[in-house]
Amino acid sequence: MNAKQTQIMGGGGRDEDNAEDSAQASGQVQINTEGVDSLLDEIDGLLENNAEEFVRSYVQKGGE
Amino acid sequence: MGIETEYGLTFVDGDSKKLRPDEIARRMFRPIVEKYSSSNIFIPNGSRLYLDVGSHPEYATAECDNLTQLINFEKAGDVIADRMAVDAEESLAKEDIAGQVYLFKNNVDSVGNSYGCHENYLVGRSMPLKALGKRLMPFLITRQLICGAGRIHHPNPLDKGESFPLGYCISQRSDHVWEGVSSATTRSRPIINTRDEPHADSHSYRRLHVIVGDANMAEPSIALKVGSTLLVLEMIEADFGLPSLELANDIASIREISRDATGSTLLSLKDGTTMTALQIQQVVFEHASKWLEQRPEPEFSGTSNTEMARVLDLWGRMLKAIESGDFSEVDTEIDWVIKKKLIDRFIQRGNLGLDDPKLAQVDLTYHDIRPGRGLFSVLQSRGMIKRWTTDEAILAAVDTAPDTTRAHLRGRILKAADTLGVPVTVDWMRHKVNRPEPQSVELGDPFSAVNSEVDQLIEYMTVHAESYRS
Repeated sequence: MNAKQTQIMGGGGRDEDNAEDSAQASGQVQINTEGVDSLLDEIDGLLENNAEEFVRSYVQKGGE
Repeated sequence: MGIETEYGLTFVDGDSKKLRPDEIARRMFRPIVEKYSSSNIFIPNGSRLYLDVGSHPEYATAECDNLTQLINFEKAGDVIADRMAVDAEESLAKEDIAGQVYLFKNNVDSVGNSYGCHENYLVGRSMPLKALGKRLMPFLITRQLICGAGRIHHPNPLDKGESFPLGYCISQRSDHVWEGVSSATTRSRPIINTRDEPHADSHSYRRLHVIVGDANMAEPSIALKVGSTLLVLEMIEADFGLPSLELANDIASIREISRDATGSTLLSLKDGTTMTALQIQQVVFEHASKWLEQRPEPEFSGTSNTEMARVLDLWGRMLKAIESGDFSEVDTEIDWVIKKKLIDRFIQRGNLGLDDPKLAQVDLTYHDIRPGRGLFSVLQSRGMIKRWTTDEAILAAVDTAPDTTRAHLRGRILKAADTLGVPVTVDWMRHKVNRPEPQSVELGDPFSAVNSEVDQLIEYMTVHAESYRS
């Protein structure tokens, strides 16, 4: 079987534009960005520093 | 019905991991083993708590007879498991082993080992199992679209045979299911398990054991997963005219479905026609909507029509979202959508590639059950994930068994045994007091919360209370 093309949902994805330019274009976008930033900052504070090590070290045997 | 949750487990101490999962698991269960001489016990809320193969703490809810009750008891398991983890951290800290215990309510670890969130549904014995499997199967294979937990798939270079590229999947479990219907559990991973121990009067009941579901964090996701399945089972039992959409090959496309958020994966039916995964869900949903119009309101117990209407509303919105590609109406209720949105935000902010370890960390810690640390709880506390039940109801379920099912009787027996210090041996049906003379009661009807033999058993314990104080 061929490797399948993975579809990535629209409305997300990588935004090549400079976030600041977008923010200046629309005041509403700026408000949303701030709210999101505070969320992402809070999450950053909770996550263990070495992401790769944290994920890689999580190994469990299969269950039922 | 009931849900069994296997938790993933790890211990992190600063930079390096000092303790293995089995060591942490033993530490977590040590107070239980000390008290009960077993790591496999029933607790006073009627549920089962045990240490599973592969060091998974596992919690199986008491028997529940309505949807919100089941969500309360599943979430109560998270509270109980988390308390054990916190206690383990404290006892380790006293031995100068400082670190954090993580319990993950998900289905895959970092190297592709899978573990389950299993659902159990009690159905009438008269329903032929094969027919049930065939009419339920198309629904179960596509159910991931509406309630999957989501996962970033990293291709494993060691995987021979078919492989999928790096990408976001709708389901955690779909990549790890191999057979349609089977009796074995550990080696192969069938979707519907036909274990014939109903843990109930086998002349009347059969237990349907479903292992294809993802472990869900968001309460509405649990509600949709279980509620939709209940409606399908009801329709089949009532012979409501849900068409048979028997698939030519049950699980051939389960992994493709997981990778297509438009639901366009084509499935071949046994009659030679094809349908998309979304169409299958739509057909089932339309029948379920009609079913609700004439569904009898349960009298003493069972999920109300009002609650089923909530399930249908969410189901309908989710199907619309899949069809349109606009998920904004469901992005506070469905785990894979919520998680995808969060991951996308990190991608945007840091200009990250999907294979960035940070995103894998977010993917995993969404399922960390520790309040205040796990990302699910952060989002829910900020109002970014909707509730279906309340914290009060969940906390009540931590201590008290459902009062409308057999679990109520088990709860009474266990509470009395705990108070009086009585040695008991308990499973789903049989409840035995071991001393002075073995006395046992067998509870064959999971729907009955009243039983005079249980009253007598508790009386027996009370009468002999002195003898247990040795």
